[in-house]
Amino acid sequence: MIGFYTLFNKEVQRFWKVSLQTILAPMLTTLLYLLIFSHVLEEHVQIYPGVPYTVFLIPGLVMMAVLQNAFANSSSSLIQSRVTGNIVFVLLSPLSYREIFLAYVLASVVRAAVVGMGVYLVTWCFFDVPLRSLSWVFLFALLGSAFLGALGIIAGIWAEKFDQLAAFQNFIILPLTFLSGVFYSIHSLPPFWQGLSQFNPFFYMIDGFRYGFFGVSDVSPYLSFGIVVTCFMAVSWLTLRMLRTGYKLRH
Amino acid sequence: MTPAVEVNQVKKRFGTLIALEGVDLQIDQGEFFGLLGPNGAGKTTLIHILAGLTIASSGNARVMGHDVVTGYQEARRLLGVVPQELVFDPFFTVRETLVIQSGYYGLKKNDSWIDEIIHRLDLTEKANTNMRALSGGMKRRVLVAQALVHKPPVIVLDEPTAGVDVELRQGLWRFIKELNRDGHTIVLTTHYLDEAEALCNRVAMLKQGKIVALDSTQNFINSISGISIRLRLSPGPIPVSIESLISSRSEGYCILTVKEYSEIEQVLGTLRKAELQVLEMKLMQPDLEEVFIKIVGSKSD
Repeated sequence: MIGFYTLFNKEVQRFWKVSLQTILAPMLTTLLYLLIFSHVLEEHVQIYPGVPYTVFLIPGLVMMAVLQNAFANSSSSLIQSRVTGNIVFVLLSPLSYREIFLAYVLASVVRAAVVGMGVYLVTWCFFDVPLRSLSWVFLFALLGSAFLGALGIIAGIWAEKFDQLAAFQNFIILPLTFLSGVFYSIHSLPPFWQGLSQFNPFFYMIDGFRYGFFGVSDVSPYLSFGIVVTCFMAVSWLTLRMLRTGYKLRH
Repeated sequence: MTPAVEVNQVKKRFGTLIALEGVDLQIDQGEFFGLLGPNGAGKTTLIHILAGLTIASSGNARVMGHDVVTGYQEARRLLGVVPQELVFDPFFTVRETLVIQSGYYGLKKNDSWIDEIIHRLDLTEKANTNMRALSGGMKRRVLVAQALVHKPPVIVLDEPTAGVDVELRQGLWRFIKELNRDGHTIVLTTHYLDEAEALCNRVAMLKQGKIVALDSTQNFINSISGISIRLRLSPGPIPVSIESLISSRSEGYCILTVKEYSEIEQVLGTLRKAELQVLEMKLMQPDLEEVFIKIVGSKSD
């Protein structure tokens, strides 16, 4: 237990010590998205009746920041440790693969929560965003960030170099988040794209998260919850397996 | 008594490269053991297998009786490894690094021991300095401190003195010798054969993934018979009886090998009669380096 807590705490300190880059920068980026999209589209788009576009956008952007930062935290920590070689200190220790998994995932959840809360609090000062169900919001934020935290471990172990990690981020994570309905409801899409969106697990995370705010969503939050839990379990199983067998870590 | 380290028929292959070809080894508790061999002989691979950084292709290894794969947590708790590469976490200071490392081993209130190793490794002044700001030698000391933070009964040092200044080297060995006296088992790989000779009670020589020789350091040295004398003589014909003793010549020097010290007097007498003057003379004791070159067939570089 002390071992797990130490690694978790170290991972939190790691991003905290460079919070300008790990917390404030992503907050700023997210707020810029909000500023630009709401400026351009506010007049022209209404997705849910009675909900201004900017207000519709806020939960989606918050969740996008949550997901991206959860992924960034575990993946960049691992690739840095591997490239510089200091991962050896964790590998030499008696920490079990489960403890390593939990520590990295939870540190990702913490960073995601800090960034997400930060963005939400800033927007809360300027916009009136309803909050229907805190438990759904909390549940989807937790599951979504844990899912991306685990995915970040996979990417951080799989990638040999920084540019391979960047490829993972730019060609998989970014398209999946952008095409998950952060900026729109998938009902506004042509049927083909609507159908395709339903294979994107990020869509359910965002849709369920948004349900917590508006009480309205594209699909039932129970369905989203079921899919997100299943995805999280599948990714966790794979991550734990990689850590247990020492894939690319213990040669 | 359970052996500190037990290696049974360990083989390791990296693709087509065979790094270890069936190694058997037993190191008893309290030994100061040296693992010698040229680069690529498999020393680091063997150490990595003990530490769980590398998984053997076949065979098994135990640390204090605990299998490094099936009982990895216990095995790692009992083992402290100083890795060869100078690695560090740039986010933390020396003390933070050691507190974190302690925590990984499940130790919470370890401050007095951390203070002691900081002091013993002469890191007191740098305790609150970020790792990034330390010189290479200082980083090396921190690596040693990290390996000792959980007081492991078995300590493995993989080339700990490579690129380290003389002062630190001596200080480090004093500390390690003390740990050995207190009952810690030490396993060492080094390129400096004089260090191995001075420190290790037993030595294994590896070559191309196999142990080619394993004996006590003393037996290795005793195995070289004779004493070598390096001479520089004034010009002139060398008597035949001396000529037959010469084992090698280079740049005006000749090296003679005699069986016993008493023969040296005869040699000098013969030279005097031949009116040859001794301009320089050096007696060379047999050392581990000589044995190493004989067995492994190359200099340890």
